[in-house]
Amino acid sequence: MVGLQSYLFLSAVLFCIGLYGALSKKNAIAIMLCIEIMLNAVNIAMSAFSRYVTPGLMTGQVFSLFIMVVAAAEAAIGLAIIMNIYRNRGSVDTTKIDLMKW
Amino acid sequence: MALTIGFWLLAVVSIVAALMVVMLKDIFRAALALVLALVAVAGIYITLQSDFLAGVQILVYIGAIAVLLIIGIMLTRGVQQGAAPGKFRVAAFVVSIFFFAMLCFVFLWTPWKISAAPPPQQTSAIIGNTLFGTNGFLITVEISGVLLLAAIIGAIALAREK
Repeated sequence: MVGLQSYLFLSAVLFCIGLYGALSKKNAIAIMLCIEIMLNAVNIAMSAFSRYVTPGLMTGQVFSLFIMVVAAAEAAIGLAIIMNIYRNRGSVDTTKIDLMKW
Repeated sequence: MALTIGFWLLAVVSIVAALMVVMLKDIFRAALALVLALVAVAGIYITLQSDFLAGVQILVYIGAIAVLLIIGIMLTRGVQQGAAPGKFRVAAFVVSIFFFAMLCFVFLWTPWKISAAPPPQQTSAIIGNTLFGTNGFLITVEISGVLLLAAIIGAIALAREK
């Protein structure tokens, strides 16, 4: 039987996989791939709450839509920044981009 | 019953695809695994009776974001092999396991107020009313339009050849 908790656990598993990748990867684009997984996990949780807690209101699905808008903006800006770094330094290794590191 | 089988199938596919994104050394294959995970998540939206969200997921994530990321990978060629996990691998693993345990604790011990009402069959009209109707999210829709415009202008300004 599938209920709210099944969706929440799926969302938690996906979020933690994405979190592990985002923390451990060195390539900046790989980090962005993992961030997309995390955003999708949150969207699943929002949609599951909308389906099981407040059916008919659709507030959770509307939040998911706004998360997608922000994800699109984030992907565009992030890739532009990575392109710029690659053009200037010839690498997208995040361990070497440490000019502003304290 | 079909919904249950579909959910577990899509859950396994999405988790395996997400693990492939994290584990694969070749970043191009990781991006293709991400596309698979996004398709599986769109199917999970369908099992949640949110068909409009599934359509938007296919259009925006697979049609735009995944393609954009693959183009980014192709433009930064020569660093494709540099996707090996960094030195924080153990620390990242511990942090994510700890966070997962915390989430499981919250999910299991919170008394969720699950509604018995059936979900609506047609979601698009209700979503439209919630976005644009009275007491809706109209100002947020406007602000997200401005945000997308600002993001596009910023991306062009950043990525332009000097």
